[in-house]
Amino acid sequence: MATTIGRLDGANLNGGQKLAVKYFFVAMILFGAQILFGMVAGLQYLKPDLFYGVLDFSVNRMVHVNAMIVWMLYGFIGSVYWMLEEESQHEVVGLKLGNLIFYVLTAAVTVVVLVYLFVQIGPGEQSSIWLINEGREYIEAPRWADIGIVVSVLVFFYNVAATFSKGKYTGIAGVLVLDLLALFGIYFAGMFYTTNISIDQYWWWWVIHLWVEATWEVLVACIMAYGLMKVLGVRRKIVETWLYIEVALMFGSGILGLGHHYFWIGTPEYWFTIGGLFSALEPIPLVAMVVHAVFDAGAKHIKNSNHPAMAWLIAHAFGNFFGAGVWGFMHTLPQINLYTHGTQWSASHGHLAFFGAYATIIIAVFYLAMQQWRGKVWMAGDLPGNGWKWKWALGLLNMGMVGMTVALLISGYEQSQIERAIGGSTWMGYFAAQAHPWFMQGMWWREVFGTMFAAGFVILMWDLWSIGKHETRPMQVAASQE
Amino acid sequence: MATNQWWASESFWRKTAIWVTGVSLIVLMILTVDTLPQISAGSKRVPAYSVINYRIDYVFDETRNVQAPVIGVKEPLFGKELSEAEAEALVAHGKLTVQAKNCMGCHTLLGNGAYYAPDLTKAWLDQYWGSKEVREELMVDFIKDPSNKLHNSIGRRMPKLAVTDDEAHAVVAFLKWMSSIDTNGFPYNFKPIEQEN
Repeated sequence: MATTIGRLDGANLNGGQKLAVKYFFVAMILFGAQILFGMVAGLQYLKPDLFYGVLDFSVNRMVHVNAMIVWMLYGFIGSVYWMLEEESQHEVVGLKLGNLIFYVLTAAVTVVVLVYLFVQIGPGEQSSIWLINEGREYIEAPRWADIGIVVSVLVFFYNVAATFSKGKYTGIAGVLVLDLLALFGIYFAGMFYTTNISIDQYWWWWVIHLWVEATWEVLVACIMAYGLMKVLGVRRKIVETWLYIEVALMFGSGILGLGHHYFWIGTPEYWFTIGGLFSALEPIPLVAMVVHAVFDAGAKHIKNSNHPAMAWLIAHAFGNFFGAGVWGFMHTLPQINLYTHGTQWSASHGHLAFFGAYATIIIAVFYLAMQQWRGKVWMAGDLPGNGWKWKWALGLLNMGMVGMTVALLISGYEQSQIERAIGGSTWMGYFAAQAHPWFMQGMWWREVFGTMFAAGFVILMWDLWSIGKHETRPMQVAASQE
Repeated sequence: MATNQWWASESFWRKTAIWVTGVSLIVLMILTVDTLPQISAGSKRVPAYSVINYRIDYVFDETRNVQAPVIGVKEPLFGKELSEAEAEALVAHGKLTVQAKNCMGCHTLLGNGAYYAPDLTKAWLDQYWGSKEVREELMVDFIKDPSNKLHNSIGRRMPKLAVTDDEAHAVVAFLKWMSSIDTNGFPYNFKPIEQEN
């Protein structure tokens, strides 16, 4: 492959990677949208009349969480296309179809967002659920879009499975293919209407939980395995053995950990025991992941080919452990969850977990992509300006997120005490908690740290699109390929 | 430093991963088969839709040590007794309205959703509605146009969401039905509206 160093040149990418960077580009835009609408929604806690009746909290919040889900899915699809040809040592079999589907899916996402913003709601009829929004948190996308998503991911799945089948079927490939099958299969559990809200939420949690606490985790474990081989030069046998350990621990705790969502939705009491026990085990694989990443990095004396990517992989290991593991465990037992369920505790956990577990590792892949796209340029130490842009982006994004998480948690403490324990979750109890200065302080600090996070995002984008520009040094080879 | 210990071998962990995942899935399937009948409408935990013909209360249960819904005397919603089919149609219309207006974008239902507005699990029983004589009409009125109603001291208000009169009635039916679901004591310490005559 002819390399033109220091310039973004499609010739530096293989077929799958050319498609991957398209997904990454849209993911970045949606990441920005997520932050923007999150900040507006956060501001509405402080200034309730802001955009009242025009762009209400419900709309901003829906766009905020949906942009997140979609940018992360785009990041995942992109990451898989990114590694597909290298891993299988075979060209992507249906690349043309893959490209077509990218444009179809992106057009559909655009229409969905425009409808969210400008139509917002519909009459209480099936047509609203089919055309406007389904009104179910995280999977608000209307049914027509659900069907479009299913078709798109089937094409994606075919491309992945068929490419691996024709080329090399590695250990990572085996895990990835089965995981994607489960990930997309689960989506069907969220594609029906029922009047019975207990049944509704029973299946809704299959999609939400079995995505973010099971199949997504295994998917990023695959990306991590690839990333560690790529950046640190860790041997395949080691990362693949680890991957199997993580799958065993992740699915062993995560599948029945689903039970922690079945405490209060009408489901029988035995879920207390099952949900409590298995969700208490859920942090274990995340500890294992930290050990894995940090040990490998240490064993290679942190000598690696891509410093920003390596830093984000480490941020992922810790963010996943703290955000998903510690913050999740803190309120997962029913004895605590009775008071914290549906308060800012959940928001605190949600913020750190989604960022720590998923945003971080996708950003790591963004850096790998930019390095390759610019012709395998140098991205180790001694970057121009001492690499201040990636370091500041890393610092601001992580500190902003930790700040938001702590602020929300403090509001959550106050809420669980005043609204839940004392006020009994009535209308009066709810607003007594919301009006309390301790709650409002948390909301103010969340907005302050949200602004810090947004600043980090701007620098991240600046860095991603400028790092390696005019660079003449070729990539430093990973420590050891023994 | 190659080790051939069984616990460090790739194939051992591959098999473990497959077995653990498979067994977990089977257990989840079995539990699902056991749970679904227990939460279908008309079961002990999730009453039939015609429960809206009766008074619903939320009372402390000494043996379970949590509050549980209690179905009381006949008290038809809007003074009109409905058949099972009519009640289901009304609640269904309410649930569809709740989805189409994206209520979960601000509220929680059974504790799930967003945290910008009060939880609706027991909204039917909330003391905010004053007395049970005026509750139904106040709720309908509020849902149709909350923008000029009293909410709280912090200025946070629910917007007007183009809810028709029929839809508002249906939403109230849905809320009444939802308040009858046995949620294992969630929300805790809820103080329901006075309903004794």
